[in-house]
Amino acid sequence: MDTRNFMFMFWGFAGAWVIVLLYVISIAARESRLRKELDRVRKMIENREN
Amino acid sequence: MREKLIYLFSAVAMALLVWDLYRVFMVLPDEANQGAIYRIIYFHVPAAITSMVGFFVAMVASALYLISKNLRFDSVAAAVTEVSVVFAAVNLVTGSIWGRIIWGIWWTWDARLTSMLVCWLLYAGYLMLRRAIDEPTQRARLSAVLSIFAFVDVIIVWKSIEWWRTQHPGPVLSIRNGGGMAPGMESPLWWNLLALALVAASLVLLRMRQEGIRRELDALRRHAHAL
Repeated sequence: MDTRNFMFMFWGFAGAWVIVLLYVISIAARESRLRKELDRVRKMIENREN
Repeated sequence: MREKLIYLFSAVAMALLVWDLYRVFMVLPDEANQGAIYRIIYFHVPAAITSMVGFFVAMVASALYLISKNLRFDSVAAAVTEVSVVFAAVNLVTGSIWGRIIWGIWWTWDARLTSMLVCWLLYAGYLMLRRAIDEPTQRARLSAVLSIFAFVDVIIVWKSIEWWRTQHPGPVLSIRNGGGMAPGMESPLWWNLLALALVAASLVLLRMRQEGIRRELDALRRHAHAL
């Protein structure tokens, strides 16, 4: 393989996957937050109804 | 069913990506003038097409929301737009790195680059608008209108390399009568597009699951206020 500009190509591919990976991490963090909030609101409603 | 689809799409996408990376690095011939950097096209173009298809789906879902007032269409539009913004960012970043080698500059205000940046900013604005409005139906209505208007820029991005001959290369793919790539060099690009589309579909399904949780949360909060 022609290795001219190899490092730029490497950083291009790495940059692309880092963006996708950061997004996947952000989705996981949001899902965890949402589920915690859902549990909190459910418990609050249960407490009020009782 | 949704969980199974997420796992299926992810597994097929991973297998395709591994196979494609092998072809891109080990099988494809070198390009005479550009060196290794030309291989970035195998992510740059599929990321662009994935994002544009996503913006189209978001526009259709937004129109369907305005017609039906069904919040599920709003969830689809929000999920697809967010994932498409990520792939549009991949397109902009990989393009900028390619431009640094081929043009000697990271960025230029060429018609294609500028319209793509405007597109990214419009849809990033769409996501910010959604965060700024708490009331679900108002949020859905305003963001649907913005999504439909923003799609005009996607058409401009797509046609810009035909309408204006500025710095960005003209059409190279055979579907646009470009003829700029040898057939053997073009096919891995389409396989990579399929792989990225499957990654995007998995992410959209994950985001739609979250939108479902958010809708449930909104309903429970309204119930809690009523108590």
